[in-house]
Amino acid sequence: MIEIKNISKSFGDRKVLNDISFRFEEGKTNMIIGGSGSGKTTLLRCMIGLNDIDSGEVLFNGRNFHNLEFKAKKEIRKEIGMLFQGGALFDSKTVEENVVFPLSMFTDMNESEKRDRANFCLQRVNLENVNNLHPSEISGGMKKRVAIARAISVQPKYLFCDEPNSGLDPKTSIVIDNLIEEITEEYNITTIVITHDMNSVIEIGEHIMFIHNGQNWWQGSKEEILKTDNAEVCDFVYATKFMKNLKSKFQ
Amino acid sequence: MNLFFLNIGRYFILMKRVFSKPEKFSIFRNRIFEEINILGVGSLGIVAIISTFLGAVITIQSAFNFTNPITPAYAVGVTVRDSLILEFSPTIVSLILAGKIGSSIASEIGTMRVTEQVDALEIMGINSAGYLVLPKIIACVLFNPILIIFSMFLGVLGGYIFGVYTGIISDYKYIYGITYQFIPYNVVYALIKSAAFAFIIASVPAYHGYYTRGGALEVGRSSTKGVVYSSVLILTFDLILTKLLLF
Repeated sequence: MIEIKNISKSFGDRKVLNDISFRFEEGKTNMIIGGSGSGKTTLLRCMIGLNDIDSGEVLFNGRNFHNLEFKAKKEIRKEIGMLFQGGALFDSKTVEENVVFPLSMFTDMNESEKRDRANFCLQRVNLENVNNLHPSEISGGMKKRVAIARAISVQPKYLFCDEPNSGLDPKTSIVIDNLIEEITEEYNITTIVITHDMNSVIEIGEHIMFIHNGQNWWQGSKEEILKTDNAEVCDFVYATKFMKNLKSKFQ
Repeated sequence: MNLFFLNIGRYFILMKRVFSKPEKFSIFRNRIFEEINILGVGSLGIVAIISTFLGAVITIQSAFNFTNPITPAYAVGVTVRDSLILEFSPTIVSLILAGKIGSSIASEIGTMRVTEQVDALEIMGINSAGYLVLPKIIACVLFNPILIIFSMFLGVLGGYIFGVYTGIISDYKYIYGITYQFIPYNVVYALIKSAAFAFIIASVPAYHGYYTRGGALEVGRSSTKGVVYSSVLILTFDLILTKLLLF
């Protein structure tokens, strides 16, 4: 289980995160939403140790990640799968080599076992006949799917996704959303998705935190977020004409 | 001044992370061979061209300057040999390699940094500094002395071919000159220098690449900084090592 307690983070004089606490539900798709510059990505980077925090705690099964020794941190990180905004695939490696990479580093599998596992993961994300292509030769949506395949290859306990739909067309976004949801259920992973895409929230969000001005402004389920009368949340959720029309029809 | 000490401190912190136990030895070994191939073997061509031309030019310039009839003709061979072994091959070739290899290392790691590939390594529980930088340092320190020996040989050969076939010096006098009072320690001195320069060529641009922040423009800046600082450090350590090893 992951829990954050009173997280604060500043860059110089600018306070980006202000005393944020939240408990992420195990085996569910947890979503952190908010406008651009609200502190979502900084929070995620603080949670996985890519940024230090000024104060507070990030608890992985009760262990405060930021107070752990380097080795203990490494052990926790081996349980984390991460889907970066741009995919962060290794340019010099082929698609298959990217998926095989964590297996080579952390398992004693032989070459054929690794290849089988990579093929299984790639098929799981509906990718075939791309094994020998380089990241520069595949589309943005395919890159995200390869990144998911790489993340699940070592069967992580936690999956972090940083804006998985950014730069994708609506149809591909839904494919990625559904994939994240299916994988979360199938492998009982605790998934944390950062997004500002309301379609994603409605599609797969189970437990949602809304960040505003670096604070945990609101939290609840996707059903609750559509009914809330919190002004800032309403501003965010019903920002588009489509959502406004939907709301008026709903009412 | 603060920035200077900040950079020095961060460089040594990075080096501490670089020189830590690799996650998996078999992968680490393969990475070293990959880097030897890319950074070392890939530089053979440019080293060959530069060394051959350097040797030829030193031969012409020496012959042009030794107009005094008291100076023996074989002095051209002696000058070519000593210039190449003591300074041109270890230092000038290292400066050129700092441009070629240094920019490649800084831009590779810098691009990986800004495209979150370094973060991806960290999240997997891999020491990104050790994984990315250490094989490059080892490859350079192991292979650069070989490149320098190759450069010395081709420089002397270039001088021979150009000097003898253009009639500047006879082949007997040139060969006598390059063997005359040869001091093997000079080669040892050159190899020690080239190993030290190799460490600078790999580690300084890697440092600038590793701490790149921003986008494509910053990657370019890191690459330039890596080359400039490693070149300045090569010249500084050339002076220090020469004083320490020759006097």
